[in-house]
Amino acid sequence: MTMRAAEHDHGHQTVPSDLTLRVKALESLLVEKGLVDPAALDALIDTYEHKVGPRNGARVVARAWVDPSYKQRLLTDATAAIGELGYTGGQGEHMIVVVNGPKVHNLVVCTLCSCYPWPVLGLPPVWYKSAPYRSRAVIDPRGVLHEFGLELPEDVELRVWDSTAEVRYLVLPERPAGTEKLSEEELASLVTRDAMVGVAKVKLPHTGANR
Amino acid sequence: MNGVHDMGGMHGMGPIQYESDEPVFHEPWEARVLALHRAVRAWAKWTTDASRHAVELIPAPEYLRMSYYEQRLHALIELMVKSALVTRGEVESGKPAPGSPKTVPALIASAVPSLVAQSKPASREVRAEARFAVGQRVRARNIHPTGHTRLPRYARGKLGTIHRDHGVFVYPDTNAHALGEKPQHLYSVRFAARELWGEQASERDAVYIDMWDDYLEYA
Repeated sequence: MTMRAAEHDHGHQTVPSDLTLRVKALESLLVEKGLVDPAALDALIDTYEHKVGPRNGARVVARAWVDPSYKQRLLTDATAAIGELGYTGGQGEHMIVVVNGPKVHNLVVCTLCSCYPWPVLGLPPVWYKSAPYRSRAVIDPRGVLHEFGLELPEDVELRVWDSTAEVRYLVLPERPAGTEKLSEEELASLVTRDAMVGVAKVKLPHTGANR
Repeated sequence: MNGVHDMGGMHGMGPIQYESDEPVFHEPWEARVLALHRAVRAWAKWTTDASRHAVELIPAPEYLRMSYYEQRLHALIELMVKSALVTRGEVESGKPAPGSPKTVPALIASAVPSLVAQSKPASREVRAEARFAVGQRVRARNIHPTGHTRLPRYARGKLGTIHRDHGVFVYPDTNAHALGEKPQHLYSVRFAARELWGEQASERDAVYIDMWDDYLEYA
């Protein structure tokens, strides 16, 4: 499978040590000039490594699944409803939630750069930022989904959202059958980043790979 | 500009390179680049639009060769030199120019949580006429500006339908070049996949693109 074969090559063709040295030199210059505080850099990195990520979006999805009035607010004003759960900030100022169902599937891309809803999904994965996905998600979205292992039936309408402005899109995946007894927290643990971008569905753990 | 960054619809970019359990950063320097970008942005010397344009200006062969964080590093240096935060000589030597003043960082560690949570909307509370209404047929203009634009090539000249009016937003084509915000209505426009790609596309599918008033004309 091509996706697995490519796991050890994610587009880093330059010798890493060279980039390590260049970035170190730049940082020390900026620190010496008083332009940046190294402790602030550490705090920023800690935030994006440990505090902001797709678990945020998963909580939004699980809440919408269990609370119809929250779902209503999410569809009316996603920015405010997501803000209710404490998720705000850059790349999430203008949120729109698009809803997957039995006859509609949504897929999010940014063909021009790599716009992504940071407060709910964190930083985007390499594949989302890379040429293969950005080039093909609009012209061959069904082929892209096939590459992710998702076969979309012909009678399902596929809507691709190209994030060309400051509006950021989050997919509300379908709640899988057989989850009626799960708590909101258990539901959130099923929701993946890929399902919220629209390249996967949410699955029960025993029904197959869950990423 | 008709740059290689405008990739929608291109062939030949290879298979999607999926990585299971991908780390947030693959190398420590990538994390430093992201953090440097955000920390230097606190000086408010350039806009998001200008920052995106700085990446687009990377020559096409280099753009395709570079990873995302290499592109960001390149753009950060260009933006800092352009806005006189550093000189090219300082970047090359890694040392402040003799006699250059030492300043105080615009972003300190204790301000990071509020910076990260802070929203900086691109919408504007100004009156602007909406030239189009939801449900109206429109055509994306066939324009090829040499500067920054967010009108993707694959949609130019194509017929679509206004799906939603997002309200009034900063216009990137001028804002990226410090020519003013020119606030105007931003719409979500639905393009049938067959209008964009012909008969090979599914008749049910569609691409929704966010487009400013100035990108559209009456159909």
